[in-house]
Amino acid sequence: MGVCDCDLVMASTAGDRSLSIERLRGRPRRRRKEALVRVLLVIATTISLVISIAIVVALIEQTIRFLAAVDLGELWTEGWRPRSGQFDLLTIFIGTLEVSVIAMVIAAPLGLGAAMYLSEYATPSTRRRLKPILETLAGIPSVVLGYFALQVVNPMLVQGLFGATSTFTIMAAGIGVGILTIPLVASVAEDAMYAVPNALREAAFGIGARRKTVATRVVFPAAVSGVVASLILGFSRALGETMVVAIAAGATAGATRHWNPLEPGQTMTGAISSLAIGSDQVKGAAGLNPFDALYFVGLLLFMLTLALNVMSERFVRRVRRDF
Amino acid sequence: MSAIAPTRHVQTTVELALRGRRRDVAGRVFQGGLLLSLLLSLAILIVLLGTSLSDAWPVLSSRAGAFVTSNVSRLDVRAGVRQGIVGSMILIGFVAIVAMPLGIAAAIYLQEYARDTRINRLLTTNIRNLAGVPSIVYGILGLVVFVQALRAVTGPNVFGRSYVSGGLTLSALVLPIVILITMEALRAVPRSIREAAYGVGATQWEVVRHHVLPYAAPGIFTGAILSLARAFGETAPLLLVGAVTGYLSTPGGRTPLEILQGQYTSLPTQIFSWSRLAGDGWKANTAAAIIVLLVIILVVNLAAILLRNRYDRRW
Repeated sequence: MGVCDCDLVMASTAGDRSLSIERLRGRPRRRRKEALVRVLLVIATTISLVISIAIVVALIEQTIRFLAAVDLGELWTEGWRPRSGQFDLLTIFIGTLEVSVIAMVIAAPLGLGAAMYLSEYATPSTRRRLKPILETLAGIPSVVLGYFALQVVNPMLVQGLFGATSTFTIMAAGIGVGILTIPLVASVAEDAMYAVPNALREAAFGIGARRKTVATRVVFPAAVSGVVASLILGFSRALGETMVVAIAAGATAGATRHWNPLEPGQTMTGAISSLAIGSDQVKGAAGLNPFDALYFVGLLLFMLTLALNVMSERFVRRVRRDF
Repeated sequence: MSAIAPTRHVQTTVELALRGRRRDVAGRVFQGGLLLSLLLSLAILIVLLGTSLSDAWPVLSSRAGAFVTSNVSRLDVRAGVRQGIVGSMILIGFVAIVAMPLGIAAAIYLQEYARDTRINRLLTTNIRNLAGVPSIVYGILGLVVFVQALRAVTGPNVFGRSYVSGGLTLSALVLPIVILITMEALRAVPRSIREAAYGVGATQWEVVRHHVLPYAAPGIFTGAILSLARAFGETAPLLLVGAVTGYLSTPGGRTPLEILQGQYTSLPTQIFSWSRLAGDGWKANTAAAIIVLLVIILVVNLAAILLRNRYDRRW
């Protein structure tokens, strides 16, 4: 590689031919450089820890400020209208749940189907040709899918098929989030199926099993913890998706508590973003800034997705242990 | 060879006999269904591009050049995405300078230096979890730390809502992704390469710098490009750290520091704010801005995929 830190050679030309521990360690300059690099690398690594701590501290500190100022009864009385001091958690929680469930109804079959095709049916060359479809879809920014949900999915699918009348619907947002989640589900599930050893497949083929039998009765059960992990991760991703909801679900000024996906609604992420851009931001009761509600919702969202991610990590680890 | 090859008729008869004299209809249908679920994603992509193009056509056909070179405006026929493109580029530059070196360094430490202790395992798990935190939560982090606490540094004249805050927030967001991708690229370099280097007397850093990193470079580079593309399209956290959603004036003749500490917007932020405006003119503008964004992101992703396929190496 064109480097010459050849201490031993240099030393021997200098005339000192005795071999000592000190000489084998190399020149002090070289050792100092090693130590310095190590310190720099450790510092870089600690930054990720600092970020985590900062997230938790920032969220908790500001949440306490909000909870101290707000009338706690307002967290349970119907309706999310920060402008008038209504912070009903159930309203935005139901919205979040609806969007995520609809998203999974789209992403689970499409993602798992794509994963199984790529892992069990596609030849290496079709795999190489088809995989970029999912990679391209994964690269589409969420604002773009928000626009797509609002301008295409809602008029064509939601209004056309389900007879919704609103321009903004929970359903359209859910479908948009689902499309965003497909690549994630597909890639995690495919990794799990691909990791199933060939010996299992060959044993099944050897006793006369068909391809479908091998895929559904051998590979799928063997990879089931990875499949579950992919679904949990997808769900967690759907919970945290913001832009699609902010554009296509409407209800930026407030929402009522309802379960109807064909109407506008608000989710936790949508509530945070509309508080942030100020469509809800008017000073409320004395001492209470409605803006601060976003920290509280953010903390809940953070804990929810963290719990789901930790859970999916458990499942992924089980795949690794099995094979 | 050809003399003993079975005729086509014999071959199908034997195949049928082996299959139990029935064609595997259910199997074919199942396979078709799986392929369809994959192709549906392709169909969605095509419809997405198609509608955006047709919605954007009024703008793209009449004033594509002016659209890319003019600033935001209250009039839909004069509005353009120049400030958004410039803003996104500056933010991406920030991320490239801050998050890339830090992420690669952290990955080198965790993959090459760290022993398998409890603390180091905790660090890796922590990074994995950070990668799963919703982007809007990073926005809240940026709001509290960069916009409010560090206001004096990040943007004294604009309440902290500056490029610096936006860039640092996006850097925090992509850092865990960069670390994980780099660790994977480093893991793929076989042990024998490292051992050979140690064998001729290289120190640990020399092994990493001269032997491991060059082999892992294509993987790291691809990952870096993909994370930058991700940061380019990210919108939610920027809404919290104050990317301007409305009118933005960008006076000329400022020093680079003044620009970095000044107000900003980004291409996806412009798309978001335009998508909420009524009228066909704004709809066409939104679609046109989406086309610009998609062209940039797809070109970058394509470059990354080609690069990976070119240098993909099996050991």
